[in-house]
Amino acid sequence: MNGLYGILWQEFIVFKRKFWATTIGFLVSPILYLVAFGWGLGSGMEIDGVSYMAYIIPGIIAMNTMMTSFNNTANSINISRIFYKTFEYYVISPINMTIYALGKIIAGAFYGIYSGILITVIVSIFTSDLVITPYFIFIALLNCFVFSALGFLIGLLINSHADMSKFMSFVITPMSFLCGTFFPIDKMPEILRWFIYLLPLTHTNIALRTTGETAGNMMLHAAVLMLYLIVIFIVSIRLCKKVE
Amino acid sequence: MLEIKNLTKEYKNVTAVDYLDLTIKDGEFFGLLGPNGAGKTTTVRMISTITPKTSGEIVIDGESIDRNLTAIKAKIGVVPQQNNLENETSAWENLEVHGILYGINKEKRRKKIEELFEFTGLTDRKDDLVKTYSGGMKRKLMIARALLHEPEILLLDEPTVGLDASARRKMWDLLKRLKSNGLTVLLTTHYIEEAEVLCDRVGLINKGQLLKLDTPWNLIEEVGKVTVEYFKDGETQEEFFRSREEANVYAGELEGDVRIRPSNLEDVFLKFTNRRVEEA
Repeated sequence: MNGLYGILWQEFIVFKRKFWATTIGFLVSPILYLVAFGWGLGSGMEIDGVSYMAYIIPGIIAMNTMMTSFNNTANSINISRIFYKTFEYYVISPINMTIYALGKIIAGAFYGIYSGILITVIVSIFTSDLVITPYFIFIALLNCFVFSALGFLIGLLINSHADMSKFMSFVITPMSFLCGTFFPIDKMPEILRWFIYLLPLTHTNIALRTTGETAGNMMLHAAVLMLYLIVIFIVSIRLCKKVE
Repeated sequence: MLEIKNLTKEYKNVTAVDYLDLTIKDGEFFGLLGPNGAGKTTTVRMISTITPKTSGEIVIDGESIDRNLTAIKAKIGVVPQQNNLENETSAWENLEVHGILYGINKEKRRKKIEELFEFTGLTDRKDDLVKTYSGGMKRKLMIARALLHEPEILLLDEPTVGLDASARRKMWDLLKRLKSNGLTVLLTTHYIEEAEVLCDRVGLINKGQLLKLDTPWNLIEEVGKVTVEYFKDGETQEEFFRSREEANVYAGELEGDVRIRPSNLEDVFLKFTNRRVEEA
């Protein structure tokens, strides 16, 4: 447990030192999305019987927590392997690599959670459209952990900064637009819809808008995210134990 | 005691370390000397478990070392060639995190950190961010960090590479103080002078193989402790002699620019590898 505490303490002091820069940075893109899609494009529009603003807020939370968790962990691991060499420092140390993975994933997820809280606060000032239930919080947390874990894995696998942005362009960005963030996935062609339904962000998006969902479906979304988290975590640890 | 048995690292086309056998005794300051690409860093990286070995064994105090055997790793302290400090945190915070990771209790950790800042002369700058440190200071901080958990053996990979002359002398003083404290050290270097100044025994390594292993003085004696250096046919030539008298006789018969000087480890290296270290 010393290892986990050490890693988290280290992350915390960096967070504390960069608190304002991080906070302001995290506010920019969700506000832009809300202004452009919510007030701009979406004013007077309705989806599934609710105002577009009410529809898009959970989507923006899902997308932003995904982006923030993924980016923080992926960049932190990638830079620490390639540039700062601090990854080697942890390999040398008597810390079990499972603990290292856990620490880094928790730290990355924390950034996602923090950005989620910021969006919630901002949104709550202007509208009362957002309804937060325990299930909502649970799914949002799970989303942060899934994408932080994915960031960890990708950070280990990819060996250059250029390839990292390729991964963003081919995987993360398409997911943020196609997985039901801005419009329901049933508007998509059927073949594509099935594929999209397999992606984790789709389940977060649907689950955060629980209107009209059965208990079984709610369980299913949580189970899919859990499965992603467990599989990615196991693969990451295996890789961590031999990566150079 | 560190034992390296048949240690080998093969990459696709090259064998970086080739059946290396080496034993470093307790309290010894051991130097692994060789040109760039000789396999020194690869050896140190395999001992630190950063680079997986192809075959062979590394044993510390009778226990095999491996990345996934975590307890044994606390017995080594590693100062890599490249800075791997957390630049966005202060020097003190770097050491504090290290102490936590290595499970040292708070009271002991805080006391030891103060001692190490004192030892490395960084006390005045301990609360500054590491990114504001000079290269020499970062290297010292890495040494302090590697010593914090009181390792049985310290691995120093090219500790003075990239430092200017004055920073290098200061680093040597620091390393000499470590030596007088009786710490077991494995140092790699391609600076001959460094090995000569610091090491009890030196292993000459080239192309992943150990060429010679002895005290610096014995190696110099083996080659001949007096060198006659002269310029002929467009190249500097060296001849080695057991005594000054023999050297004088030989030099007397030569014409042009002739110099008689004590032999050094560079001559030893030159003789055994047929090339100068810097040329590698």
